[in-house]
Amino acid sequence: MSDNTRRLQVGPFNRVEGDLDIRLDIATDTSDASGKGNGKGTGTVNSARVNSTLFRGFEQMLVGKPAMDALVYTPRICGICSVAQSVACANALANAGGVQPTANGIRSQNLLLANESLTDLLTHFYLFFMPDMARPVYQQQSWYEPVAERFQAIKGNATKQVLPARAQFLHLMGLMAGHWPHSMAIQPGGSSKAVTRQERLRVISILAEFRRFLETTLFGADLDAINELDSVSALTNWAAQDSWQSSDLRTFLHLSDQLTFSQLGRATDKLMSMGNYPQPDLAGSSLSLQVSRGLWLPTAGLQPLNTDAIKEDVSHSWVEDGSGAEHPAQGHTEVSLASSEKPHAYSWCKAPRLNGEVVETGALARAVVSQRPLMTELMQQQGATVHTRMLARLLELAWMLPQMQQWAKDLQVDQPYCNNTALAKEGEGAAMMEAARGSLGHWIRLKNGRISHYQIVAPTTWNFSPRDEQGQPGPLEQALEGAPVMAAEKDPIAVQHIVRSFDPCMVCTVH
Amino acid sequence: MARANLLWLQSGGCGGCTMSLLNAERPDLVSTLENAGIDILWHPSLSEQTGAEVQALLESVIAGETPLDFLCIEGSMLRGPAGTGRFHLLGGTGIPMIQWVSKLAEKARYTLAIGSCAAFGGISSSSDNITDATGLQFEGELRGGLLGSDYKASGGLPVVNVSGCPTHPDWVTETLMQLVLDEGHEDDFDAFFRPRLYTDQLVHHGCNRNEYYEYKASAEEPGDLGCMMEHMGCLGTQAHADCNSRLWNGGGSCTRAGHACINCTAPEFEEPRQSFVETPKIAGIPVGLPTDMPKAWFVALASLSKAATPERLKENARSDHLIYPPTLHKKNHK
Repeated sequence: MSDNTRRLQVGPFNRVEGDLDIRLDIATDTSDASGKGNGKGTGTVNSARVNSTLFRGFEQMLVGKPAMDALVYTPRICGICSVAQSVACANALANAGGVQPTANGIRSQNLLLANESLTDLLTHFYLFFMPDMARPVYQQQSWYEPVAERFQAIKGNATKQVLPARAQFLHLMGLMAGHWPHSMAIQPGGSSKAVTRQERLRVISILAEFRRFLETTLFGADLDAINELDSVSALTNWAAQDSWQSSDLRTFLHLSDQLTFSQLGRATDKLMSMGNYPQPDLAGSSLSLQVSRGLWLPTAGLQPLNTDAIKEDVSHSWVEDGSGAEHPAQGHTEVSLASSEKPHAYSWCKAPRLNGEVVETGALARAVVSQRPLMTELMQQQGATVHTRMLARLLELAWMLPQMQQWAKDLQVDQPYCNNTALAKEGEGAAMMEAARGSLGHWIRLKNGRISHYQIVAPTTWNFSPRDEQGQPGPLEQALEGAPVMAAEKDPIAVQHIVRSFDPCMVCTVH
Repeated sequence: MARANLLWLQSGGCGGCTMSLLNAERPDLVSTLENAGIDILWHPSLSEQTGAEVQALLESVIAGETPLDFLCIEGSMLRGPAGTGRFHLLGGTGIPMIQWVSKLAEKARYTLAIGSCAAFGGISSSSDNITDATGLQFEGELRGGLLGSDYKASGGLPVVNVSGCPTHPDWVTETLMQLVLDEGHEDDFDAFFRPRLYTDQLVHHGCNRNEYYEYKASAEEPGDLGCMMEHMGCLGTQAHADCNSRLWNGGGSCTRAGHACINCTAPEFEEPRQSFVETPKIAGIPVGLPTDMPKAWFVALASLSKAATPERLKENARSDHLIYPPTLHKKNHK
């Protein structure tokens, strides 16, 4: 290595779900006297390699199990997106086994999924992302003191406000799914929990209480007013109506501006959403998706999503090569001592690609693919950055909570929650939907009532994928290129912000 | 102990026990730990320190420079492939997690396995166990595991197994409180070294389907209101945990949500006899009978109570909605 580069291995990364290790090659600025010659000066990230360090092997584990037992194993892929894994599994079983969920069952699944996703969005902002603003590296900033008082890890006053609000919001799970995580109520035909008249009222009350928390603490505004912000200028005007400390969203906007998050962490700008929340009409006869499915490209704009064009590349993964990149309906995930020593491999994560292209997934993609005007305008202006990823997540809370309130009202307590038609013993199916962190797909085959094939591609598998056969780095790897590194930094703060802007879930990533 | 510190690490699991822990209420998790006199030395979801700072902290514990009261491990210990431990290298270090845990466990005053993965291997050891996953001191029901059957933490106890998939937040916080008060003795733990604080009860206790159980009025399909023991695979009468008396997330439990208890606090729960959701039977009689119940008596009582089942329970048991509410008895005022 020459004098003006240095290499860093960063980890363990915390405040992400699971284990992560990143290798950075940094070009140091030779004009910087402090760093000259010793490779410790300020610089920028030249290239990054992202290593998902944990492998458990759910895809093999599931083969041979009775079909319905998948509903016990799959939520346990991930303790943070457990309901998303459950819903994907139930829908894949329904698809393979020829079962149609009831209208109440779909409403229940939507409510449970949104309960988990919104909990994740909230937890990520308060517990995983914002504590970095209270790190000593920012001590000299004019805004530091109040921000540290509010967001410092464990000690900040936000934690003691958010934990109870989060726990009470999750009471919906207690009522509708037994507990969270690893709720097992979700079925191919809907839900095994028929919500009673009394319980429906409690659900409506829980949602109203959480809405109050969002309005008073996070947004400092009515959710309808937040949802009406339909342009960048409308957002700027709204933010200027009160001090930056008046709500946590205003605080984020201020800090994002001060730290130029709008120029940090740009990757491919190609955004994918698999769509979410099928909505039955009140008669239960037709379905529409509340969050759209599609692909957004920088120049071409919104495109249809062709999920047949998904292939998982394993050229840089510690996974046996098999017959090269495959669609998950055919794919394999075999590992061994030999595969763990594969040359050029550096992660347990595979590299899913769409038509051979690197795409990013998450709340930003959902907003843009669903043509939400404010996020679309910001996307056109600055692309996918730390700023747009974070803002999309916060705005999704405002977008989805009123939907949840409507679904709860629509529950028809005298109608069935579950279609208990038995699954066909043979079949092939898939489910593709959105978890909090982005697109999630399950692909399944049933033979003689048992699982003969199961493949999973999770959101962070896309976002944190390693290089592919063409040498294209994954989204995070691209987002880290160009990140500034300060002199002598061992865990560069810009790298921390960029990584956490993806809200990674590493246990899902490899599974 | 006056005040105690706590280090929490995650390995071959899903992070669900941490997510569940954050659900602690009245008061919230941070306040509960503060009140108990517990300082978080480092927890992956809660702490500020990252990367090099964490490595330095772990090194300092191993070197004996930072005393450690509670070592909490979540997730199973992955020994594969071929004994290398490479299925989980601790990020930033290139060193297998099983090595970090073994070294840290030598220094801890108490070592706690949080969740059934860390306790017994759990879900991560299902099927062919391709990652060679094990618990800290048990591999399934067998003593041994990563640390070996002779291991004792410096406080004198073997690994405390706060099992469950996931763990209830109170199971974790109450176990910690008990140990902070120096009130944890060998006989406060059961044969699998689980805290008797919550394993001296059965999931059956407090089950709101008990009236259906009494009359053997059974559910036949997901969502049915009846008892799930006869057909649906429910193990609540054998499962050691207080899920139905303590309740989860403000008032739920698996059985209240229409799902069988899968006995997730037990070693080897991850490999049921046939399926999680079907009761194995011989000659029409469930194989696993309620704990402490002589088989002949169970069969005799079951056939008697079945014969006496009121119409109300018989019909409601096979419906997802209440069809017949209990009959109202009026006093005979004329």
